[in-house]
Amino acid sequence: MSRTRTPVVDGWFADDGDGFRLLGTRCAACSSVFFPREDAHCRNPRCPGGDLEEVPLSRHGRVWSYTDSRYRPPSPYVTDPELPWEPYALIAVELESERMVVLGQAAPGVTVADLTVGMEVEVVAGVLHEDAETIWTTWHWRPAGVRA
Amino acid sequence: MTGEVAVLGAGMHPWGKWGRSFVEYGAAAARAALADAGLEWRDIGSVVGADTVRGGYPGYVAGATFAKALGWQGARVASVYAACASGAQAVNTARAQILSGLADVVLVVGADAAPKGFFRPAGGDRPDDPDWLRFRVLGATNPTYFGLYARRRMAVRGDTVEDFAQVKVKNSALGALNPNARYRKRVTAEEVAASAVVADPLRLLDICATSDGGAALVLSSMEFARRHGAGRPVRIRAVSTVTPRYPNTVLDLPDIATDSAVAAEPVSETFRASIARAAYEEAGLGPEDLSLAEVYDLSTALELQWYEDLGLCGQGEGAKLLREGATALGGQIPVNVSGGLASFGEAVPAQAIAQVCELTWQLRQEAGERQVAGARVGITANQGLFGHGSAVIAVR
Ligand SMILES: [Zn+2]
Repeated sequence: MSRTRTPVVDGWFADDGDGFRLLGTRCAACSSVFFPREDAHCRNPRCPGGDLEEVPLSRHGRVWSYTDSRYRPPSPYVTDPELPWEPYALIAVELESERMVVLGQAAPGVTVADLTVGMEVEVVAGVLHEDAETIWTTWHWRPAGVRA
Repeated sequence: MTGEVAVLGAGMHPWGKWGRSFVEYGAAAARAALADAGLEWRDIGSVVGADTVRGGYPGYVAGATFAKALGWQGARVASVYAACASGAQAVNTARAQILSGLADVVLVVGADAAPKGFFRPAGGDRPDDPDWLRFRVLGATNPTYFGLYARRRMAVRGDTVEDFAQVKVKNSALGALNPNARYRKRVTAEEVAASAVVADPLRLLDICATSDGGAALVLSSMEFARRHGAGRPVRIRAVSTVTPRYPNTVLDLPDIATDSAVAAEPVSETFRASIARAAYEEAGLGPEDLSLAEVYDLSTALELQWYEDLGLCGQGEGAKLLREGATALGGQIPVNVSGGLASFGEAVPAQAIAQVCELTWQLRQEAGERQVAGARVGITANQGLFGHGSAVIAVR
């Protein structure tokens, strides 16, 4: 039986014919962008509030900062306690046109030694963890131009 | 300018990993503060508790929990929660009651019994809770955020890991002098460098632990203080509890992204700097008036950030101020002479109260070996999750 691919959070990203994109929302009145998405009301205090429309975020951005997780994070992060812990990098990425910073895990194999502040990265589809029925999908940041 | 309230008493239960209930630490700190004030518990008109989320229901109603532990005596009660700023909000609630005439003398108590290892979110599936999401989706513990800030400072400000280690060296030397601190051993730069990396570029000895502990203050009106015979008490002149302004463009705990600055130009002042500025404005004082500062060094790198946000030096000059020795005991503006979170570990609802306890002892010239000579004005600063922060200015 094939396992289903399920996003770890609904509506935060999409992988359709157009390629993998993070999804936010944009206020029709003031054009503020929100990620994670706001679907109820615009949070700009100077805005009367407009309709919030789904909008894909930029594919590329620049590294604002980065770090890694050398120790196993606690639940609700899902890990297999039977396996030795494999550190992964976290990258905070500045998106130029949205003028915001979005945090994400680095693609597998990317370590802090591969990263510098200001480096260009792109968003790619990733797998957070897998269990018997489900492959839980997420977004990853990866240095631009690198092929997996 | 807002009116002042008097600090009649300060008390703490030593920080550590004692394995007992937060109630016990809070009640011990309260009794110590009452004894320091020369007051009986039955003299107290109001009790304000800073909540802990780790003690079950009694932790959510900390004010009542401490009142019951000390023995019900009919006092007015309040309990407040504001993440790491809970203690300062408890101080501010007490102050508001005193300045409005609701109470003459108020007991403020915060205590925590910390879990082992990383702080983690409350249980259950809560995909609408940013704190739950950052763990579920990214495994982003608190130290990873500290790592991001530290790396950013290295890239933009030119700080080095050696600078960060020197913060620990300074604070551990001060903590060694403080009987209430959990870690009382001096640490060398070599020991910091030899400790395990937790969240690059930060190592175990760059990051504050989580601790058990309790702290309490007895606050009163200036009129009550005079009647009580406290001739020249330490006075709280400002308590800042401001929130960020949209768009907040610094990635704050526990967020996965910042606000977007597309529609609204961000103010040039960061949230942390605005916390301090509001306190300075309320007190009618500035950084040049300070004798000492107690700042929230969740990591060594964050202490350097606070130097800049408090205006102790210009932006980007934090590491330079440290290297010059200005923030050491005997320097021009000593920071964290208590030993800081580096020597205490964080006991969340007690920590901001403990910062004010240290100011109180320093301003009374009762801090022993860690005394800042001639201390007249002190500030505390703190930042927590979900847009909380605080700064308290005390004078004598
Ligand atoms: Zn809007």
